[in-house]
Amino acid sequence: MIDVVIAIAVGIAAGIAAGLFGVGGGILFVPVLSLVFGLSQINAEATSLLAIIPTVAAGTWAQQRYGNVRWGAAVVMGVAAVVGVEAGVQIATALPESTLQRLFGLLMIAGAAQIAWRARGKSGSDSGARGR
Amino acid sequence: MADRGTTLRLVLIGLVSGFFSALLGVGGGLVMVPLLLLWVGFRQREASATSLAAIGIIAAVGVTLYAVRGHVEVGPGLLLGIPAAAGAVVGAVLQQRLHPHVLSFAFAVLLAGVGVYLVVT
Repeated sequence: MIDVVIAIAVGIAAGIAAGLFGVGGGILFVPVLSLVFGLSQINAEATSLLAIIPTVAAGTWAQQRYGNVRWGAAVVMGVAAVVGVEAGVQIATALPESTLQRLFGLLMIAGAAQIAWRARGKSGSDSGARGR
Repeated sequence: MADRGTTLRLVLIGLVSGFFSALLGVGGGLVMVPLLLLWVGFRQREASATSLAAIGIIAAVGVTLYAVRGHVEVGPGLLLGIPAAAGAVVGAVLQQRLHPHVLSFAFAVLLAGVGVYLVVT
């Protein structure tokens, strides 16, 4: 019973993150599936993809109503990503994973800093309007 | 649609996000959204909405490939996915009401958090 409650709570939280930030929610789904439901790592990742489908379908539907979805770009990226997944699986066995993971983490931090800096610059420029 | 330069960038973003999600198990969204913002010039709302649609394609292909090998457990998947679908609608409505700068900062915090997690683990 408690696993059902955890699944529903995490599901709602992951969904809100998906709608807000455009992520699929797999980062929350996979740990719950392996730790709470006891799925193996590969089954957890596979099942996470299933959970992602209704999540992004509902999120995309809601965003579509606001006119935020650029379909052409989505299809180009989605199809290219399928090819990228195949390449990732091939290379994952050949490269030191921890080094790549750290490098990727650093790139994310750099990207985050840049996004925050840009938002800060813009909000700085309209802070005058707020002060009126 | 978009010009050739933009299309090329979108193809590269797709390749990179697919590559890293296979390699590290992080969702493609955390790669696509920052690159759409910083490299293609999408606004925050467009970037996240378009990322969701692209993830739908990736997940549909991925789940089909895994399902034929018997790795997909439908019960737990739907137990997470159905509440998440409701959450996603709430998140999208909430996003529309948040100031884009607030949204960008919050996304930057999420991205930095995952980045730190990847560096230290």
